[in-house]
Amino acid sequence: MASTPDSHNAVVHDGLVVHDLSRRFGPRWVLARVGFDVPPGDALLVVGHNGCGKTTLLRCLATALKIHHGSARFGGLDMWENRAELRHKVALLSHDSHLYEDLSARQNLDVWAKMGGLHKDLDALLERVGLEHTGKRPVRAFSAGMRRRLALARVLLKDPSLILFDEPFSALDPAGRATVAGVLQELRERGATILLSTHHHEIGARFADQAMRMKEGRIVWKGPSHELLSSGGHP
Amino acid sequence: MTLLKQSLAVAYKDLLTEWRQPSRIAGVFFFCFALLLLFAFAMPNTQMLSDIAGGTLWLGLLLASTRSLDQSFHLEMENGALEGMVLWPVPPLAMFYGKALANALLLTLVTLALTPLVVVLYHPVWNGDIPTFLGIVALGCLALAAPGTLVAALSVQARGSSALLPLLMFPLVVPVVVAASKATTLHLEGDIMSQVDDWMRLLVMFNLAHWALDGWLFTRIAEDG
Amino acid sequence: MSNPDLMLAFGAGGVATALLAAISMVRGGLKSFRWEAYVGAFGLGMVLMGQYMGLFVAPRERMMGEVGRILYVHVPSAWLTMLIFTFTCIFAFAFLMSGKRIFDSLVESSIEVGVIMAILLQVTGSLFAKPTWGVYWDWDPRLVSTAVMTLSFVGVLILRSVLDDPDRRATWTSVGAILATLSMLITYFSVRLWRTLHQMQSSPDSVSDPMVVILRANAFAFLFLSIFFIAWRTRIAVARAQADEAPPLPPEVPV
Repeated sequence: MASTPDSHNAVVHDGLVVHDLSRRFGPRWVLARVGFDVPPGDALLVVGHNGCGKTTLLRCLATALKIHHGSARFGGLDMWENRAELRHKVALLSHDSHLYEDLSARQNLDVWAKMGGLHKDLDALLERVGLEHTGKRPVRAFSAGMRRRLALARVLLKDPSLILFDEPFSALDPAGRATVAGVLQELRERGATILLSTHHHEIGARFADQAMRMKEGRIVWKGPSHELLSSGGHP
Repeated sequence: MTLLKQSLAVAYKDLLTEWRQPSRIAGVFFFCFALLLLFAFAMPNTQMLSDIAGGTLWLGLLLASTRSLDQSFHLEMENGALEGMVLWPVPPLAMFYGKALANALLLTLVTLALTPLVVVLYHPVWNGDIPTFLGIVALGCLALAAPGTLVAALSVQARGSSALLPLLMFPLVVPVVVAASKATTLHLEGDIMSQVDDWMRLLVMFNLAHWALDGWLFTRIAEDG
Repeated sequence: MSNPDLMLAFGAGGVATALLAAISMVRGGLKSFRWEAYVGAFGLGMVLMGQYMGLFVAPRERMMGEVGRILYVHVPSAWLTMLIFTFTCIFAFAFLMSGKRIFDSLVESSIEVGVIMAILLQVTGSLFAKPTWGVYWDWDPRLVSTAVMTLSFVGVLILRSVLDDPDRRATWTSVGAILATLSMLITYFSVRLWRTLHQMQSSPDSVSDPMVVILRANAFAFLFLSIFFIAWRTRIAVARAQADEAPPLPPEVPV
């Protein structure tokens, strides 16, 4: 799967194909010539220290940020050009929970479903992430773990075919991690393409056979994720 | 149709948020109440109060609207929900019209709650009829909400923004303050020269221009990635 | 210089040259040729001559006497304020439609020059109003809408100054400029409805012939100076934008 820089034109699958992707903030390139591909239904683990460009990469792929150089394609479509269409299929679970503090868990899901014109069984969704007993309590009173679960439920509203997980396991207790891991497994079985950025290499490696390490806005290593584990995170 | 539905969903979300935390809109109301008291102290005598009642109501409302508009966008910024909407995707037009509609409704609500207070404190002549008065209030609040929503979206995302919202908004809404104050005062006094219609036409024109143009401008600022 | 037609032809030729130069600037040509310096020098010469004629050659104004000579600053600055902000609005639309950075630079520089021109307009207007109306300020539609317009464009400049991201700054400035122009128009109509007191706008028919020539000379002088300032400021804006630009992408490194 790991494509060499000059063979990108040969990649013809309908998954995520990223070529030479670069993004600057002001005068600084925070992502420089990032290239990789994830076949449909596969998962890729992205690791690296804080500030290495993981979050920017995921935000570019979520069409939250414009790509300044290079390209990203998903399902054969250029992601920035076709962002209006792709936003229906792509979901980002980021540090920002995208939740409304004054609303309850169910109300949050309800307003997001209404705003997207989506119809889902909200109670089943709440049960799936273990928030069925929160009642009318506003999100303001939630713990970090509960917020993360609710943010996950919100992402699931939309049945995404490409999911970008930015540190989904941080600030979670073991039970919360198990919930997120369960949802991840379910999404993989449903055929979604997944990009997973995390510091929890062991859990990540369970879902993704392939991994890449980033440093200072570049990819410095690509390979099977078991190599990442056997080398203690520094292959 | 989906655009209308999504706009209504955004408005519903805003109103539900206010309903769940009513202290915010109550704060805006009491802010305005305090202003009404203070304006009276700035006048040389209390006989003048009945003449300026209409204008004071709208000036107070304008100042209060900067608070409520600011709050409405702070809620969106708290957990990055504004970006969440862009990526959901909620079309920027639906975001704008939904939020502007909710803001207009909230402002109308505050105006209606303030009107009895203005009557009690400023004892204006009341020769008008209620439906026309409500029409003026609705037009004025809609006219404040459209440019206000756009400008609040700009200012809340800018650094050091607290003075920016009024600075950008007040010049835009000068016509609203002029027309709504004049229409209210003339209507309450009985409108002998039948000039109220002119002012209401001006408010309608302002609304048409801003509700059309501001929506388009909002799509440009929501898209800048 | 006594023939108005000659003056008009002269001015029209200057405007056409400046427009052509501006177009080539937008299209990227004429980068090194500092054409605006010639326009500016020409404008400076004209403004000196025009003001001399306004102060010493022109006949006394019938109604206002010597005070009326301030018209030769006031009226050109009023025309130019309107013209410049009209162009600001056009540039802003052009930016939002095309996304070309040069239009953002043009918006920025034309707002700055326009605000200066508007302040000149209002200061001369107040000085003029005191002896003729007896007050420095009157709640007249044109006064109020000029003040409101100046305020909104100053607001846009402040908005611009607090934004760091160049893309966002460019878009938001254009949005603000369009809003400010719209607000000026509606304010004008609303205040006219609210109160009308100003003397009727003087058309060239209502003022005497030599005055027309001198007014036009000064208007063209102001025009050329404004073109000079805007073009110069645009060059600075473009240079700053280039300095802010990211360095070239680092080369590819095989993984």
